[in-house]
Amino acid sequence: MEKGKGVMGSCRRWAVDFSDNSTAPSSRDIPDPPGFTRASVDQDDSAVSRQKKDAESNWKAQKAWEVAQSPFKNLLMMGFMMWMAGSTVHLFSIGITFSALWQPISALQGVGKVFEPYKDNKVDLLGPKLLFIALNLGGLALGVWKLNTLGLLPTHASDWVSSLPPAQEVEYSGGGVPL
Amino acid sequence: MAIRSFFVPFLLFALCFYSSLTPVLSLYEDQVGLMDWHQQYIGKVKQAVFSTQKTGRRRVIVSTEENVIASLDLRHGEIFWRHLLGSDDVIDGIDIGLGKYVITLSSGGSVLRSWNIPDGQMVWESFLQGPKHSKSLLLVPTNLKIEKDNVIVVFSNGRLHAVSCIDGEVLWNKDFEAESFEAQQVIQPPGSDLIYVIGFAASSQFEMYQINARNGELLKHERATFSSGFLREVSLVSSETVVALDSTGSILLTISFQNGEISFQQTPISNLVEDPSGPAAILPSSVPGIFAIKTNAFTIFIRVIGEGKLEVVEKTNHETTVSNALPISEGQQAFALVQHAGSEIHLAVKISHDWDGNLLKESIKMDQQRGLVHKVFINNYIRTDKSHGFRVLIVMEDHSLLLLQQGAIVWSREDGLASIIDVTASGLPVERDGVSVAKVEHNLFEWLKGHMLKLKGTLMLASPQDVAAIQSMRLKSSEKSKMTRDHNGFRKLLVVLTRAGKLFALHTGDGRIVWSHFLQSLHKSGTCQSPIGLNLYQWQVPHHHAMDENPSVLVISRCGPCSDAPAVLSFVDTYTGKELNSLSLVHGVVQVIPLPYTDSTEQRLHLLIDSDKHAHLYPTTSEALRIFKREFSNIYWYSVEDHNGIIKGHALKCKCTGEVADEFCFDTRDLWSVVFPSESEKIIATVTRKLNEVVHTQAKVVADQDVMYKYISRNLLFVATVAPKGSGEIGSVTPEESWLVAYLIDTVTGRILHRVTHHGAQGPVHAVFSENWVVYHYFNLRAHRYEMSVIEIYDQSRADNKDVWKLVLGKHNLTSPISLFSRPEVITKSQSYFFTHSVKAIAVTSTAKGITSKQLLIGTIGDQVLALDKRFLDPRRSVNPTQAEKEEGIIPLTDSLPIIPQSYVTHALRVEGLRGIVTVPAKLESTTLVFAHGVDLFFTQLAPSKTYDSLTEDFSYALLLLTIVALVAAIFVTWRLSERKELQDKWR
Repeated sequence: MEKGKGVMGSCRRWAVDFSDNSTAPSSRDIPDPPGFTRASVDQDDSAVSRQKKDAESNWKAQKAWEVAQSPFKNLLMMGFMMWMAGSTVHLFSIGITFSALWQPISALQGVGKVFEPYKDNKVDLLGPKLLFIALNLGGLALGVWKLNTLGLLPTHASDWVSSLPPAQEVEYSGGGVPL
Repeated sequence: MAIRSFFVPFLLFALCFYSSLTPVLSLYEDQVGLMDWHQQYIGKVKQAVFSTQKTGRRRVIVSTEENVIASLDLRHGEIFWRHLLGSDDVIDGIDIGLGKYVITLSSGGSVLRSWNIPDGQMVWESFLQGPKHSKSLLLVPTNLKIEKDNVIVVFSNGRLHAVSCIDGEVLWNKDFEAESFEAQQVIQPPGSDLIYVIGFAASSQFEMYQINARNGELLKHERATFSSGFLREVSLVSSETVVALDSTGSILLTISFQNGEISFQQTPISNLVEDPSGPAAILPSSVPGIFAIKTNAFTIFIRVIGEGKLEVVEKTNHETTVSNALPISEGQQAFALVQHAGSEIHLAVKISHDWDGNLLKESIKMDQQRGLVHKVFINNYIRTDKSHGFRVLIVMEDHSLLLLQQGAIVWSREDGLASIIDVTASGLPVERDGVSVAKVEHNLFEWLKGHMLKLKGTLMLASPQDVAAIQSMRLKSSEKSKMTRDHNGFRKLLVVLTRAGKLFALHTGDGRIVWSHFLQSLHKSGTCQSPIGLNLYQWQVPHHHAMDENPSVLVISRCGPCSDAPAVLSFVDTYTGKELNSLSLVHGVVQVIPLPYTDSTEQRLHLLIDSDKHAHLYPTTSEALRIFKREFSNIYWYSVEDHNGIIKGHALKCKCTGEVADEFCFDTRDLWSVVFPSESEKIIATVTRKLNEVVHTQAKVVADQDVMYKYISRNLLFVATVAPKGSGEIGSVTPEESWLVAYLIDTVTGRILHRVTHHGAQGPVHAVFSENWVVYHYFNLRAHRYEMSVIEIYDQSRADNKDVWKLVLGKHNLTSPISLFSRPEVITKSQSYFFTHSVKAIAVTSTAKGITSKQLLIGTIGDQVLALDKRFLDPRRSVNPTQAEKEEGIIPLTDSLPIIPQSYVTHALRVEGLRGIVTVPAKLESTTLVFAHGVDLFFTQLAPSKTYDSLTEDFSYALLLLTIVALVAAIFVTWRLSERKELQDKWR
């Protein structure tokens, strides 16, 4: 995910575009290296652009899959952390569990954003998206499972009856030892 | 974890207080007196002697009906020292020996002790045995010496003893073998070596023994018979003359035994006064030459003028009390006479041979709420002009003690509070304009100053003066003694009924008496000769819609000790102490049953059962009757007849079939009875749940998220029986002969839900019942130790409510009303633990919602109150609790209950003569108010699970404020810094 962001990030100081094929050297700050002629690149424009687009969409699809798989590593790390945290309730285990719940939820909320850079009408993002969602749901399930092992899920009868008031009795009897 | 909840903050807090195993009750030294107060009393004074020591502070030594001997400061009425003797060691007489020792005779005349007056240390103690039980008389002659030893003469247990005043050694003794001889007086004429013992034998024989005081030798024994017999009381009019009444109470007998010769003089009372109106009785007095008799209408003072001639000096129909005689100069004795006249009392001090002349005559305005003067003790002092001044100690009908001097009340002590018989709590008025009584103006500056001081204390910057100022500020906090209701419900009125029949309202903040009221119905009157206050009930507790009404209490009293004596109901407003209404009933009262129903003005319905088993409904309004009729078939009552071992259940039947139509009277019929076999079981204790106890939940979550359903019923009765042989003293039987059986009985159906036998156990049993458990304390003869057992009762028929979905959707019948006639399936869990102390009283903390965990409050034999977590008395404790059980808070099993010194609620204080512990819930869920009473009173606030719902009293708001200000400033500064940095970055 970070890698994708790094490349496609919009705010950058400078960049060298190697696929730049403009013939006017004056448009650049850097002079062409000696022995490099721009004329040699002059080929069939349309063929080149198609080729380039293909390469780009391939690359985008590849990246999308990579991004889609990235929660898997997180999942493993989370699992390890949870194992480390143990099953008693204390600050650390609660923190771990809640971050394990929060991460997938926030990731799921931003599914569209994550895959935005790879949006292309040629690239099919459904597959990566589904994988991404599935993996995050897996993470969420892991978090919920952890919550349950900590005993914080109301899955037992005891969670629902613990504040039930005592039943009213119909009859009333008083008395005792004579005064 | 015991609490499975997805509410995390709650869980975290739960963790905090469950993780610490040791109770969290302990108090810091500077917290003493913040929440608690302690008051010391002595009880109704029986006898008082003035210490006439020339040096040191003036004091009066008193013995009281609460069995206290105490030395009081004559100037302020404070207690210098005080000793409470055991209940089987009743004080018979006190006197002063050698001017510096107090001599007490107690235990039916068998224990004689000497106490040092300045500090109350016991100097010596001697045991006086004798052949038979008899009246005990103590005489400390001023100048009788045997070989330089001052002598104390004691008649007790049918034997006359002469005891050395120095070391308590018995110098000689003399038995009075005659079977029926009853000594009435021991007389030692001053200046002689003779002792006279006079008394009656059979019913009509007067006997006189003359004894040599040096060696106990019998010098003379005379007897004389008077055919119509004697009343047992005699009055000594001179060292050789007594006055007695004949058995009809109509003839006065002047008996003189000069020179060992007995002679009678008879004077019919009708000769002295025209209309004697009924039999007379002699008032005990010791004034030479004068005695007093009392008939129904009059008090008559009679002077003896030589040779048995009698002369009436005064006849009065005012209530009159005479003091002891006080020798003021050679041959002159003074005495005080107190008479009531309206709202004033007239005090006259006279010299014994001169009735008409008064040494002193004063009128003192007396509070009507104190009743009549019961006892008067006189003391004198020499004024600067060498004349005699007198001070008088008077004991009033409400047991209070007052010192009168120079026509004014110098001090008064409310010693009626030493004998509280019932306690109830009442709220205070809501703060409104004109309601608040206490002045609590403190301005902002004062407030800030206080908090700055506290802050200094927190930051350890305070100087010693500051620390002292902080402490006094905390102790004198005007907040806690305000006369209005507070948000947390800490400020309440404790309404107490004393044995004297007086109602007091004590403020929980500082223990002061807000009002006191001597009930009109408890005054002695023509229709009601010996009224007894019985109980106190909350009659009206207005809340919600009846907010404008004042709360009131119901005082039940009875004319006379037997159960069919007519009862009197009094209704007293708890805000003002005014008696709203008083009803003299035609029927008696043996039981009072507060019903769980109230009418539209929040008056609680009460059912009074008379000795003929008729039930009477109060209040007698049509609305109450309507409510009662609606629930008619659901109301039952039970009676415990402990003398014949039967518990009976009754139901209401129909209207009374008496001659007078009374629609508030109902007949009852017997439903069931539990008969304990009289040869093997005797009822010694019964206990039920408190009617006003609130239970938060019916479920108990145990380890592994399992649920147990508590069997919570208002109609459970715990009964303890012992073998009749084992009902005596501890250790009087062998373990094989003694057993204790504990029962849990449903009082509606009579069903015995549980029964357990403790072999080799013996009473006395002290028990407390709360929620679904009962804890009881008894003696284990086999282990030679005290034991405490717990029984918890669970409803098994609800246990299969395990389907989560049904519970989520509410498709269960756990909260629907149940009838006790459907057979409950219960299981019980029980466990016994050793406990070191013997116990005087047990109570349990009660909170507003019943969420907070419970503590047992145990009144120990050392007159302290110990708080013990209920968790120590959990029947599920095991030697090796599992991990889940540990998390639940189960403590590993130990054979005895721990006594943690820090968990004494009374810390360093003692509640002398502890009789009862009362807990009242505060409005704040975590806190409960505890009131322990005996001869002393003690009040404190307890938080069994710490004050989790409020900040502690010493929380520094100033520090909090300072922190917030500092944080805001820091945020502002860092924000400005970051702004500047960003700007610089942009310019780069």
